Amino acid sequence: MTITEKILAAHAGKKEVSVGELINAKLDIILANDITAPISITEFNKTGADHVFDKDKIALIPDHFAPQKDIKAAEQCKMLREFSREHDLSLYYEVGRMGVEHALLPEQGIVLPGDLVIGADSHTCTYGALGAFSTGVGSTDVASAMATGECWFKVPESMKFIYYGKLNKWVSGKDLILHTIGDIGVDGALYRAMEIEGETISTLPISGRLTMCNMAIEAGGKNGIIVPDDITEEYVKSRAKREYTFYTSDSDAEYVDVKEYDCSKITPTVACPHLPSNTKPAAELSSVTIDQVVVGSCTNGRIEDIREAAQVIRGNKVNPNSRLIVIPATQQIYLDAVKEGLAEIFVNAGAVFSTPTCGPCLGGHMGILAKGERAIATTNRNFVGRMGHPESEVYLSNPAVAAASAVKGRIATPEEVI
Amino acid sequence: MILKGKVWKFGVNIDTDAIIPARYLNTSDPEELAKHIMEDADKDFPSKVKPGDIIVADANFGCGSSREHAPIAIKAAGMQGVIAKSFARIFYRNSFNIGLPIFESEDASDKISEGDEIEIDADNGIIRNLTRGEEYRAKPIPPFMQELITAGGLIEWTKKRIKAS
Ligand code: SF4
Repeated sequence: MTITEKILAAHAGKKEVSVGELINAKLDIILANDITAPISITEFNKTGADHVFDKDKIALIPDHFAPQKDIKAAEQCKMLREFSREHDLSLYYEVGRMGVEHALLPEQGIVLPGDLVIGADSHTCTYGALGAFSTGVGSTDVASAMATGECWFKVPESMKFIYYGKLNKWVSGKDLILHTIGDIGVDGALYRAMEIEGETISTLPISGRLTMCNMAIEAGGKNGIIVPDDITEEYVKSRAKREYTFYTSDSDAEYVDVKEYDCSKITPTVACPHLPSNTKPAAELSSVTIDQVVVGSCTNGRIEDIREAAQVIRGNKVNPNSRLIVIPATQQIYLDAVKEGLAEIFVNAGAVFSTPTCGPCLGGHMGILAKGERAIATTNRNFVGRMGHPESEVYLSNPAVAAASAVKGRIATPEEVI
Repeated sequence: MILKGKVWKFGVNIDTDAIIPARYLNTSDPEELAKHIMEDADKDFPSKVKPGDIIVADANFGCGSSREHAPIAIKAAGMQGVIAKSFARIFYRNSFNIGLPIFESEDASDKISEGDEIEIDADNGIIRNLTRGEEYRAKPIPPFMQELITAGGLIEWTKKRIKAS
């Protein structure tokens, strides 16, 4: 069996599961945010359940339009707060303690290897980087799960992605996953588990692994997953407050397809509007002028990402024709960035250094694009209107390319400014 | 159940930001959401669409975010259902959970044109094109999904389970 099948089987109380089988499985963590939880709460109240199945397994995180950007958003956040109080939820994160959900939960050791996690947010697939099965669902699924602690799943086919060869300078997990989506397309892994492995992955830090699994959904994947190893152990051992399990894939596990990538051939990669699969090498896009640069999000808002951007910005100024918005994904990352002097580097360069929020990633607030404006962002989606006006454009890249582009006012590679 | 209506056609990879842009998600009120349905794909769509209409799209309809607001907005705009070559996973799940009828059919997606009158027999998955006098077949709905539909959606299904336990 694959790691995905083993985790699903274990949580369904079965020895084995097979592809296509429908199972009901017990959940370790259930997640929703200020956009999706309000519907979950309304629907939960219709189930007739008078209490949640477990007050310590439901994470409600106001991060999308928080700090509350307007009255409607404030009303939505208030629903989360009141529901959390009413049911005494231990994993509610108020503004000032919250972070972008998919950065916060791994950082705080809330999601762990071997877990089965659902979230009413498509990027819940991020936690596969720790060897968990995690997938995005809808608000109603979460409502039902909050009552019962279970969710139905169809056991997905697995597809294997093998990465080998040495990473080029300024190439990170973001480039590998963009390159992969560019290769297989936005529905290239539809309904499938994307199992990521290979010699390059075995030395890739958790931050890069989280970035890769985060974008599994951008290929249509049900989950992204990496078999846990020493790097995983090192990351989780100081954070975990409960037991966790390392699952592996058997040598005779079945895969519907196997893709191999020679990483030494992958250069910093950019996804052009309006699909994450529309990829090109960054070096070929130097004629594209940029109005706004965003470094942040659940994809690339971790301390490693902020450091990488700072390294490129240090000693440079943001181009007079551009604006740079840097958003650490959690309070801890924010604090680390301040302590390491990174916040100062950005502010001195003429950039915004913001409190954690999803904000501009989904065109919510804190950096919306006007008609005809163009952005490069370390986020994960560049659909029409994703960051603002339907006639604006978003390019996706890693933090170093984004920072270099802020300096040049056009898409640039880090070598051009360092 | 027979669904009969006029068709609006959309292309491949219609994402949830196109169905309902994130900037409107500071509410989950279905009526509010319906006012902006498909706005970024076609800005006049909210004023053109009539109750009873049906969307016919190409592959990977509903890709992107998990927002249930997408099928909710389609339903609240009075549309009866969606036919596509394939659906993104979470959209597929959400539609069954909230009771928006959806059908997978390559043939129907290829052959139906905008403005055609069609009739869908939801029970056996037969799609009739009344304008062209053609008939297409949708992929059968998996038994568990049928169970959800019969129960009246996931919440009703859950209610029964809670009562039974
Ligand atoms: S940062 Fe962007 S992609 Fe991540 S959870 Fe927030 S809105 Fe979604």
